[in-house]
Amino acid sequence: MSKIFQHLVSSAVPVPIENIDTDQIIPARFLKATTREGFGENLFRDWRYEADNTPKADFVMNNPIYSGQILVGGKNFGCGSSREHAAWAIADAGFKVVVSSFFADIFKNNALNTFILPIQVSEDFLDRIFKAIEADPKAQLEVDLENQFIKIVSTGEKENFDINQYKKTCLLNGYDDIDYLLSLRKEIEQYETTRTYNF
Amino acid sequence: MGKTLFDKIWDGHIVVSKPGHPDAVYINTHFIHEVTSPQAFDGLRKRGIPVFRPAKTRATADHNVPTLHQDQPIKEALSRRQVEMLTKNTSEFGVELYGLGHRFQGIVHVIGPELGITLPGMTIVCGDSHTSTHGAFGAVAFGIGTSEVEQVLATQCILQYKPKRMKIEVNGQLGKGVLSKDIILYIISKISASGATGYFVEYAGEAIRRLSMEARMTICNMSIEMGARGGLIAPDEITFDYIKGREFAPKGADWDKSLEYWKTLYSDSDAEFDQVLTFDAADIEPQITYGTNPGMGMGVTRHIPSLEQLDEKERPSFKKSLEYMDLQPGAELLGKKVDYVFIGSCTNSRIEDLRLVADFVKGKHKADDVVVWIVPGSKQVEAQAMEEGIDKIFAEAGFQLREPGCSACLAMNEDKVPAGMYCISTSNRNFEGRQGPNARTFLASPLTAAAAAITGKVTDVRELLGQ
Ligand code: SF4
Repeated sequence: MSKIFQHLVSSAVPVPIENIDTDQIIPARFLKATTREGFGENLFRDWRYEADNTPKADFVMNNPIYSGQILVGGKNFGCGSSREHAAWAIADAGFKVVVSSFFADIFKNNALNTFILPIQVSEDFLDRIFKAIEADPKAQLEVDLENQFIKIVSTGEKENFDINQYKKTCLLNGYDDIDYLLSLRKEIEQYETTRTYNF
Repeated sequence: MGKTLFDKIWDGHIVVSKPGHPDAVYINTHFIHEVTSPQAFDGLRKRGIPVFRPAKTRATADHNVPTLHQDQPIKEALSRRQVEMLTKNTSEFGVELYGLGHRFQGIVHVIGPELGITLPGMTIVCGDSHTSTHGAFGAVAFGIGTSEVEQVLATQCILQYKPKRMKIEVNGQLGKGVLSKDIILYIISKISASGATGYFVEYAGEAIRRLSMEARMTICNMSIEMGARGGLIAPDEITFDYIKGREFAPKGADWDKSLEYWKTLYSDSDAEFDQVLTFDAADIEPQITYGTNPGMGMGVTRHIPSLEQLDEKERPSFKKSLEYMDLQPGAELLGKKVDYVFIGSCTNSRIEDLRLVADFVKGKHKADDVVVWIVPGSKQVEAQAMEEGIDKIFAEAGFQLREPGCSACLAMNEDKVPAGMYCISTSNRNFEGRQGPNARTFLASPLTAAAAAITGKVTDVRELLGQ
């Protein structure tokens, strides 16, 4: 899993469903691993495979026309449990960016901590992306983190996205939160001396 | 200007707040379990660092444990390995573990409160989204991912942006047969599964104040189901009475000083919320969900919305959901046959839930073709139930009282609802496959679930209650 994200041009895999919850992204019965790797195989497991493990032909990940490092989902992506395994599964399946018109809070944090860039676009722009992919499954999207935009290459349509400056720096440079928190050791110990009954 | 309860606690826990950075927030209590912690301990090993404050983390095994024969080795190899890893990691890093066989073992959000570990004014996190349960004590409690579990183990702090504040007031009094579970299902059905995303919710109003601690926990538990970061309720005498005398609760002079602080924990009358919603308890009837997210709920006597009642944009997801459930738009659920009844999970597996169900089923027997699982939230709840003879009432009713764990709430262990079957469940999520591949879930209160166990179908429990 690469820790640095800067710029990407790629086709995308569309899953135009709202409220994609983390149990769909990675069902609980596949959470038994004790490492971060290998979850990609079971990404969207029950949408992707029948109970006997044969691929479901109508699911987008089983259609070879669709590929790429960008996953595009409907509104309220990643709701449900706090399992970071959802973000690991997405990363392990080769995605670096997830686009939606709305993300659940914990998922967004988990994605960033997994060095996946969650891009929140307007409903309208999300529609345009889905339409562009419908017209051409190989439609390219360009993601520029430094300049904070996402572009549909064929039409030139572009939208800026928000990202918090701290997290942006982390992604651009491959830093993680623990590095930063460990550097605050003195302040943390100092804080601990100030509070007893009022926690 | 005054402060909200949430702000008082949050602001008091900021270690460092730098412009452009998320706040470094100090965590008083960290709970861990077997599923979301192994990778975090691995991270510490890779960095070669210890757990910074091991006494502030407590562990239990709950998500992945069997609910029968807990005295025997876990049969399933991967589950066993995860539970063994927890034992190994906690002993290596000096963290207290209430593992299988321990008298304190249970669902992490049940044991924290019952042991008096969860206290007002604390910041509490756990690698599980229903950590919001602990907010019922007037604590800031929320779920985190595994990278964040590692942050807390390494530094006792977490990096977070301060969420916005929402107040949800429920005024008036609840009707007969309506429980706190119905309040929260009702609210979620009104504001949707993402209606509180980005917010921390404070629940207030007469209907909330009248609830017991356990009923309050049910409400805070499901805050995440409307997208909220967490939910909390200002502590009061009911809270203090509940805590007093519990295993790890403060004692003696510590108690007095703690109490003095806890009494400052309320939202000032002029505190400002980013959003305020108001509901009337009298409008709430027993609730049930019909779809595959917790926002798809309604009063048990109502009809599922028809397609025409929905926005065009919402229809495809709605249809997909009803297809999964094999239900028709516009249909009613009353009388729908159910196959399984699950009474358990961190939402509704406490002693009060079991008492309520036992009171209701006493002298009745379950319908023939329904399987009823009662899974207590903890060893202590189980022991208490036995002491009160509740186990016998269940046995006579044909209900299976199993051993503590998350069980069919997420079906990681063997407790799975078979494909295509309907389960009325007191848990918190009705997602596709949540209770087993292709299993179909109706979320409801323990009373509504118990009523279905007796009749074998979706039932308005009010019709079975005496005057
Ligand atoms: S009972 Fe369900 S929701 Fe609660 S902690 Fe266990 S898995 Fe999570």
